[in-house]
Amino acid sequence: MIHWNSFSEFLAMGGYGLYVWGSFGVTALILAVEPIVVARNRNNTIARLKRQLRAERRITE
Amino acid sequence: MLRIVTAVVARDLRLAMRRQADIVSALFFFIIVVSLFPLGIGPEPDLLRKLAPGVLWVAALLATMLSLPRLFADDHRDGTLEQLALAPHPLGLVVTGKVIAHWLVSGLPLAVLAPVLGLQFDLSTEALVVLTASILIGTPALSGIGGIGAALTLGLRGGGVLLSLLVLPLYIPVLIFGAGAVDATVSGLGGEAHLSLLAALTLAALGFAPWAAAAALRIALE
Amino acid sequence: MTDRFNIYRYAAPSAFYPLAGAMVPWFAAAAVLFGLAGLWLGMLVAPTDFQQGEGYRIIFIHVPASWMSMFIYLVMAFWAAIGLAFNTRLSGMMAQALAPTGALMAFLSLWTGALWGKPMWGTWWVWDARLTSELILLFLYIGYMALVAAIDDPRRADKAGGLLLLVGVVNIPIIYFSVKWWNTLHQGASVSLTKSPSMAATMLWGMLLMALCFWMYSIAVALIRVRTIMLERERNTDWVRETLEGDGK
Repeated sequence: MIHWNSFSEFLAMGGYGLYVWGSFGVTALILAVEPIVVARNRNNTIARLKRQLRAERRITE
Repeated sequence: MLRIVTAVVARDLRLAMRRQADIVSALFFFIIVVSLFPLGIGPEPDLLRKLAPGVLWVAALLATMLSLPRLFADDHRDGTLEQLALAPHPLGLVVTGKVIAHWLVSGLPLAVLAPVLGLQFDLSTEALVVLTASILIGTPALSGIGGIGAALTLGLRGGGVLLSLLVLPLYIPVLIFGAGAVDATVSGLGGEAHLSLLAALTLAALGFAPWAAAAALRIALE
Repeated sequence: MTDRFNIYRYAAPSAFYPLAGAMVPWFAAAAVLFGLAGLWLGMLVAPTDFQQGEGYRIIFIHVPASWMSMFIYLVMAFWAAIGLAFNTRLSGMMAQALAPTGALMAFLSLWTGALWGKPMWGTWWVWDARLTSELILLFLYIGYMALVAAIDDPRRADKAGGLLLLVGVVNIPIIYFSVKWWNTLHQGASVSLTKSPSMAATMLWGMLLMALCFWMYSIAVALIRVRTIMLERERNTDWVRETLEGDGK
């Protein structure tokens, strides 16, 4: 069922390789980087809020 | 109802007259921006005639935007805005008055200047008439839509740049039909269709925008 | 979801936070599965297009990204309307969580559109109504994010942002039709983007699967983002304190 005869043919994309892989590459990059940034953001926020909470506890105790 | 609007218009005009320097600088900004284009592009009359509608209209958008940050800011600073928001009459009517006043001091003078500047671009008499008409009809919509942006950014740091980010994309239809009217006249197609669509945009903006701006003001004042 | 009680229950951040956390892995897994299936169909199985050769394969990301960029804006406007009408806290947070993903989708749509346009029409950019509208949509996303970021008070940010979204959503059709009209008057090169090439069933399925992948991806990322926003906003409430003392789940 697979349309391609060889891997190099797949990479060449019938001469449109630059455009097709340029599109897919940037899309893959963005869809990979965005979740990483979002997750890091979340971890940083949680760490910061925990620090604040501990500091508050220390003052009240 | 009309009394509220006219009262606000009269008051804002009186305040604007005390700060004439602001109005004049916006007008000179318009003149300078328009005059810069031939210097950047070259003096060929054919090219200039083609570019004139777009250049004049883009400069008009930017010039009306210069005075927008002050649309509500002064009244906000001295507490008048809070009083107006608490008053029994609808805030939307007050905003309508302020929008009309803004147009009278920022849009109307542009319409007076535009034909003179159009001469620099070698526009025909007919095109100059349509240019003036399009600016006359289209700039009220700019004041109306700009009022929403001014209300949303009231009291924020970096308000001026933010305001242009919010408002300029919404100005695009006015730009298209305004410049399109002149363009169609220059190319002999007649600008009536553009002008009537522009009028429709202005009517819609004047009917709808002040109320949206009033809602935005209430959010800002909370 | 037909149970009214449930909907109201989950409108409270304290109840929605764990629910969102539980949903994230499922949406992420769905995104990966749909993505793999879509890529397999689109990149490996689907035949060559008789007009556009292999270059048409950009469609498998271009169309889903464009759809999502428009759909996310509509969803944000929907949340904005709910937020302004019922004064719910969650709505504004949802709109804010969706915005960056929507802007990225609009950017991807433009980027892949340019890379598609270059071999097909010989130019990176045409002032076609759809491309121009997509660019303006990106501007609207940027305006919304800039406005929300400039307002310190979160409640005011939600409401002001919501109002801007509603104004934007009213304007989008006007902008689209004005740009379309402008385009028909100015069209120099006769590039017609409206006639859709007849699509083989595998191509269509590949595209739909990729659209589902993008959809699930957007939900997953937005849910993670909304959870962070919730913790930040409600940091002085008991449920956030308890959550922080636990493991953050």
